[in-house]
Amino acid sequence: MMDLTVIWAFIIAFAVFAYVVMDGFDLGIGILFPTFDVGRERDRAMNSIAPVWDGNETWLVLGGGGLFAAFPLAYAVILPATYPLIIAMLLGLVFRGVAFEYRWRDPGHRRLWDAAFTGGSLVAAMAQGMTLGALLQGIEVVDRAYAGSWFDWLTPYTLLCGLGVVAGYALLGSTWLIWKLDGPGQAHARKLALRSALATIVLMGAISLYNVFLNAEYAERWLTAPEIYLAAPVPILTAIIALSMIQAIRKARNSKPFWLSIALFFFGMAGLGVTMWPYVVPPGVTIWDAAAPERSQIFMLIGVAITLPLIIAYTAWAYWVFRGKVADEGYH
Amino acid sequence: MFEQFDALLLARIQFAFTVSFHFFFPAFTIGLASFLMVLEGLWLKTGKQLYLELFKYWVKIFAIVFAMGVVSGIVMSYQFGTNWAVFSDVAGPVIGPLMAYEVLTAFFLEAGFLGVMLFGMNKVGKKLHFFATCMVALGTFVSAFWILSVNSWMQTPTGFEMAANGQILPGESWWDIVFNPSFPYRLVHTVLAAYLTTAFVVGGVGAWHLLKDRANLHARKMFSMAMWMAAIVTPLQIYAGDLHGLNTLEHQPQKVMAMEGHFQSHPDGAPLILFGIPDSEEKTVKYAIQIPKASSLILKHDLDAPLAGLDTIPDDEEPPVGMVFWSFRIMVGLGFAMLGIGLWSLYARWRKRLYDLPLLHKAAVVMGPSGFVAVLAGWITTEVGRQPYVVYGLLRTADAASPLDAPAVAGSLLAFIVVYFAVFGIGIWYILRLMSHTPHVGELGAKRGDTGPIRTAGITPGPTQNPSHDEPLPTEKEGE
Repeated sequence: MMDLTVIWAFIIAFAVFAYVVMDGFDLGIGILFPTFDVGRERDRAMNSIAPVWDGNETWLVLGGGGLFAAFPLAYAVILPATYPLIIAMLLGLVFRGVAFEYRWRDPGHRRLWDAAFTGGSLVAAMAQGMTLGALLQGIEVVDRAYAGSWFDWLTPYTLLCGLGVVAGYALLGSTWLIWKLDGPGQAHARKLALRSALATIVLMGAISLYNVFLNAEYAERWLTAPEIYLAAPVPILTAIIALSMIQAIRKARNSKPFWLSIALFFFGMAGLGVTMWPYVVPPGVTIWDAAAPERSQIFMLIGVAITLPLIIAYTAWAYWVFRGKVADEGYH
Repeated sequence: MFEQFDALLLARIQFAFTVSFHFFFPAFTIGLASFLMVLEGLWLKTGKQLYLELFKYWVKIFAIVFAMGVVSGIVMSYQFGTNWAVFSDVAGPVIGPLMAYEVLTAFFLEAGFLGVMLFGMNKVGKKLHFFATCMVALGTFVSAFWILSVNSWMQTPTGFEMAANGQILPGESWWDIVFNPSFPYRLVHTVLAAYLTTAFVVGGVGAWHLLKDRANLHARKMFSMAMWMAAIVTPLQIYAGDLHGLNTLEHQPQKVMAMEGHFQSHPDGAPLILFGIPDSEEKTVKYAIQIPKASSLILKHDLDAPLAGLDTIPDDEEPPVGMVFWSFRIMVGLGFAMLGIGLWSLYARWRKRLYDLPLLHKAAVVMGPSGFVAVLAGWITTEVGRQPYVVYGLLRTADAASPLDAPAVAGSLLAFIVVYFAVFGIGIWYILRLMSHTPHVGELGAKRGDTGPIRTAGITPGPTQNPSHDEPLPTEKEGE
């Protein structure tokens, strides 16, 4: 079963995961931004992500571009099916992205751009979660095209998924700030992290339960033998991680809460994989149905094999350059 | 039926609007990144603070332009799927991998090193910082390479096979796809256009400050560097554009027919129509001012060479003539105006009066944004000129859209228009404000956090300052 299409499914999954955790903490800081004091606390929160947000967002282009390249049919079906969500996400990211620069250029309207930063982050996160929900609940496809109606993407389930992603990003953002800030800023981040952690865990649980009722096939996958032996470790490990994360936040650990919140997302993604496999657009389109021809897969695989290690290496270097607590002075 | 047409037209307007807005930013950043690389390189080589100060002046502008380019670019990378789903499905196996290569080899490179370029001067040392600047510049070029390969393949598709399900699949060799016939010409023409766009912006800003103070050394240096670019690159660009036009004549003849306004065939030498009003209904150019046989001379290098006209093309294969005709003339006219400025500056330089001619400086200010207009006009020429196809000869634009209803597309189009004009309009205002600041000794870079305490307090810009103050601090290499 380990053919090129499967390899590509894992590469796309990796890109989506990298995006979700890396831009997740940026967007999370945006979502939590209004709770920070105007002035130094906000500036430092912003400066902790200013050098890296652009690289983080590039994973979204790889996720989308990679889907286009490796599974063109999925790209051509999912995006029209969730059209208003995608447009909202893109516009949200416009506001969020320019706010990084604009707020420093215009102190007179800094609050306005701070609000744009928060609004953009919130809309983007919510839209991403709802898109995921719309995908999981199934998309109607006839003759290689989206065949559903205009508001299929708007259901209680997709709203729940949207909130789940908002809470999860807030968790990533607040644990990142625990790591990057000190003093009162860090204490504030810790408080936020605890609340976001609880919200994330509750919503993750609710979405998982909902999944089981959503679709008989999903239920079978999670609740009957022999699949259950494969699937069961995922929720168990997720629970263990969630508990140790709350411990780490309470014990005022520095970077551990952040790494554990990434682990939480990892198992969330794994659970998603178990739920969806082998469909890329449930309920009808498998990864093989949507896959690009072998020539495209091989050509791109060569590129990925060469560039992805390099990308990871220089991205890691860029993070290393800006390691440690955010300095008070700001960058020059 | 009518409703379907409406949604299609709206989707086309939306794509044209978002891509036109987007391209302003890379057209500027491709050139500006290289300019910054040159400035920093000159600083390292000569040790002159002037170059570092110019670097810091322009890097602030670069940061804003780059952010606008990133956010408007992400919109583009998703719009193929949201609004052109059939195109994505049909052409995805060929186009998708090229765009994936763009992300892998260019976007990550730019974004990965941008943080160090903007904020890392004091953290990594001069040489490593210069390396980061070079990587950002390289990234902008590599990005142009791939996206122009994609666009060129859509104009002159080669190296593909048709699948039974209607998809266009890659053939044996990716080389034939990437290096399709129009790609080398389009790449050279577009990259030179980006350099010229930047040169005229830099020249315009330099000229603006010279008009206020012709002794300002920073303004002099900017203006002089930009005018060298104008004088050297504009002739090259006109030559490259000519070659690109001949390539288009070979592969997309009806585009050239529309550019020339040739509704009729001319068996013994076609005239060059300078101006006129193309009328697609009556298939004629009204009030034409033309030079007999000159078009044959330019396109075939022979006064009497026959040139086919749109009368040889079925009506449903013709591009809209008026738009192509006019946008082409705007681009060419601006190109020759740029050449005029370049030659004028050479003359002024020879007479040693480059900094003493207010009329030249005023002309350079007026021409400051000319590159953007020319670039946009050029893209309109080539994109409208390949209609009615989105993949030339293979897939019609009308068959490529997503199954969306008109109200959905109208809503998104309206949102894009409002947000883009507001957000990018404000961004452009901030850029103009930065440009209006006089470049000076002790220029600050991309400064962040003016509410932070007090280590920044010593760096107040001003002429009394010790000129070596801006030297980066010795690198702290913790953990090594």
